[in-house]
Amino acid sequence: MVIHRLRAEWAARLLLIFLVSGLFVAIMAGRNTAQAVEVHAVMPESGGWMPGNLSAEVNVPLDLRLTSDDVMHGFAVGQQPWPAVAVVPGQFTDLSLIFDEPGIYTYYCTRWCGLNHWRMRGTIEVTGKASDQSSTGSTRQPLYLTLDLDIDASHEVDVQLERPPSAAHGEKLDFTIPSRILTREHYLEQTPFEFWMALRADPGTADLSDTELWDLVAFAWHSQATPDSLLLGQRLYDQNCAACHGDKGNGEGVMARPNLAQSDPDSFGRALLPPGDFTDAQKMLGASSALLQGKIVRGGMGTGMPYWGTIFTADEIQALVDYIWTFMFPLTAGE
Amino acid sequence: MEGPPVTRSTDSRQARYDLTRIPVAKALLVNRWPQFLIRALALSGFLFAIVAGLGGTPVGSRNFSIVFVWIAWWALLILVAVPLAGRGWCTVCPIPMPGEWLQNRALLGPSGKKPPFGLGRKWPKGLRNIWVQNGAFALMALFSAVVLTQPVVTAVILAALLLVATGSSMIFERRAFCRYLCPVGGFIGLYSQTAPIEVRVRDTAVCATHTTKSCYTGSEDGFGCPWGAFPGGLVKNTYCGACLECLRTCPLDNIAINIRPAGADLSQLRGRKLDEAFKAFIMLGSAFVYSAVMLGPWGQLKTAAYGIGSLPWLLYVLAFLVFVFGLLPGLFYVASRASRTLAPTRHTPRRIFVAYAYALVPLGLAAWIAFSLSFVFTNASYILPVLSDPLGWGWNLFGTAGYDWTPFFTQMLPVLQTLVLVVGLAWAGITARRIAQEGNHPAAWRQAIPINLFCLMVTIGFLWLFIG
Repeated sequence: MVIHRLRAEWAARLLLIFLVSGLFVAIMAGRNTAQAVEVHAVMPESGGWMPGNLSAEVNVPLDLRLTSDDVMHGFAVGQQPWPAVAVVPGQFTDLSLIFDEPGIYTYYCTRWCGLNHWRMRGTIEVTGKASDQSSTGSTRQPLYLTLDLDIDASHEVDVQLERPPSAAHGEKLDFTIPSRILTREHYLEQTPFEFWMALRADPGTADLSDTELWDLVAFAWHSQATPDSLLLGQRLYDQNCAACHGDKGNGEGVMARPNLAQSDPDSFGRALLPPGDFTDAQKMLGASSALLQGKIVRGGMGTGMPYWGTIFTADEIQALVDYIWTFMFPLTAGE
Repeated sequence: MEGPPVTRSTDSRQARYDLTRIPVAKALLVNRWPQFLIRALALSGFLFAIVAGLGGTPVGSRNFSIVFVWIAWWALLILVAVPLAGRGWCTVCPIPMPGEWLQNRALLGPSGKKPPFGLGRKWPKGLRNIWVQNGAFALMALFSAVVLTQPVVTAVILAALLLVATGSSMIFERRAFCRYLCPVGGFIGLYSQTAPIEVRVRDTAVCATHTTKSCYTGSEDGFGCPWGAFPGGLVKNTYCGACLECLRTCPLDNIAINIRPAGADLSQLRGRKLDEAFKAFIMLGSAFVYSAVMLGPWGQLKTAAYGIGSLPWLLYVLAFLVFVFGLLPGLFYVASRASRTLAPTRHTPRRIFVAYAYALVPLGLAAWIAFSLSFVFTNASYILPVLSDPLGWGWNLFGTAGYDWTPFFTQMLPVLQTLVLVVGLAWAGITARRIAQEGNHPAAWRQAIPINLFCLMVTIGFLWLFIG
């Protein structure tokens, strides 16, 4: 009887050891031993990308395993043509990136994951030699820096419009804008108000009213944007800007204050200014394309706007600027 | 004038069917191997939950520790085990196993004449109640929003339960953890009174003449009651862990596993205590708060419940404690005083308050079932992917890792919840009336009116939370 019990006891002990140790052996055997870097996405309030800094070498694949710890996120690398991938809670998305130039790249969230979604950024430092020695890289200096513009300075002008300028009306006017006062450089560097003043000084516009002259400015600004540029600008604007600036560009997006004001004074220690209103004539008519470009590149301005300089290419930013002008200068008044 | 409660029981008149009359059933219950195998598997699962919580994905819906503990296990516990088997979970619970094995120096049966390992101290007299369990449950409830969603926190809680259970076995005799500390065991004990099953002696006279009392002291066939209970004195399930040791140790074959009318213990006059009454309030109040936090549309309430340590969370804690320990018992006290006024009795207000609190047991269980139905049906589909990928490491063991989240029976849910709550309310009403009738007062039914109104108010509150 005693021997029987002892045997049973030892059998129980062995069974337990087998169960528990088997469990741990199975776990260890199943551990993911791949070299991929596991990147967790969590809402910025809880930490953002983890890790937030990655490193890679030129022409060496950077293997990533992306997952979300809370809500749906998206992953994309700024200034790169690779499409964004979804980062789904509880699922892993494997991704392999190859960089052919050294530099610091920014990866960011492409889904509206929360109030501070746009703060969800991380960096990839890529070292090594560029594979294409002739490549100039992304070293072109933004125009606002070349012009030494102070993008934080006030750029309001004292202008009262009877109605929003209309590019369509401007096109119909019997007046050809002299090429000496409207070049690509003028469009990029001049403010609409400066251009309007230049037009006013031209003897050929003596018969035109101030409002007609503004229609002419609207037409001139429209003529500088291509349809492709406007389409690209609209897509980027809808994806990245409309939430704050509003789909009508009036600064009344769903994520604008008071939504921002509820969370940000605690998070960032200051009260935020409202997002820019692209239909505000006093401000827009005193701003140049270069100034708008600078604001997009650098962000800030006390509004909590993120920097986009490492996300968008120069062409994308210009497309955005072209599109932003359409809020001030719609094709037809009231559009 | 008389009122509740007096020392008379109708218990003996109620029908019972002793499962041990079935030879196969008795053999399975007496044999240690079936119970040991289930417990060993449960312990493996428990340890795996800890490992998964610490090392697996932090996404709760993809982690074994959250999905299998708070969805699968909880569903089995509150929807099946407690209502149908009372302390059935305690029979196979793995938490006290390591401590008990160390204490007994054996995994299966008694290991000869070796003394128990550990200090073997008796549990302090002043704490021989369930107040500590009440506090432990309330404490866990305050952190529940995080515990139920974050694998790491769940793992820490599970590990802490295991450590405390093992540690208490090394300091105190028997299963002090189960009997006095376990926050889960506390409410299982409360609601096991409603179960249609019980462990009792067949004939108390046999126990009275049995001088050895091996069911309590132990024998070579089994351990003395790990819960420190004397089976001959058991009148309700609350403090019987259904560990089956007495079935093995009784030399006179006097232990029965009875199928009985559900809720038989609620009519039991002996052993009604204030700590148990407050357990009923804690459970009822917690179900209400959980429902509001997890199912309600109030974002700020959710944020407060999740913001451990923040000012909103402190306010949430304060509101929770006031609601559970102040408002609910306070309103119920008013109702019990009104009962006493409607049919005057010589019994003290406290005694009436405690007696009628047992009417809240079936209502509280119904509230927990109704609450659990919602999130179990909504989240049960997480079980399949987690079964294949329990750690969220990209495994696909059974080919179900890609199974999408699919809520089940959502259209039927309000109907089921309403049905469960109505049954709970009716059961509470019947229980209140039985308690009122214990005093043989001619107008006893009037006493139950304020209690029934209280229960109705609580039920309406739950219906509002569940179906709006």
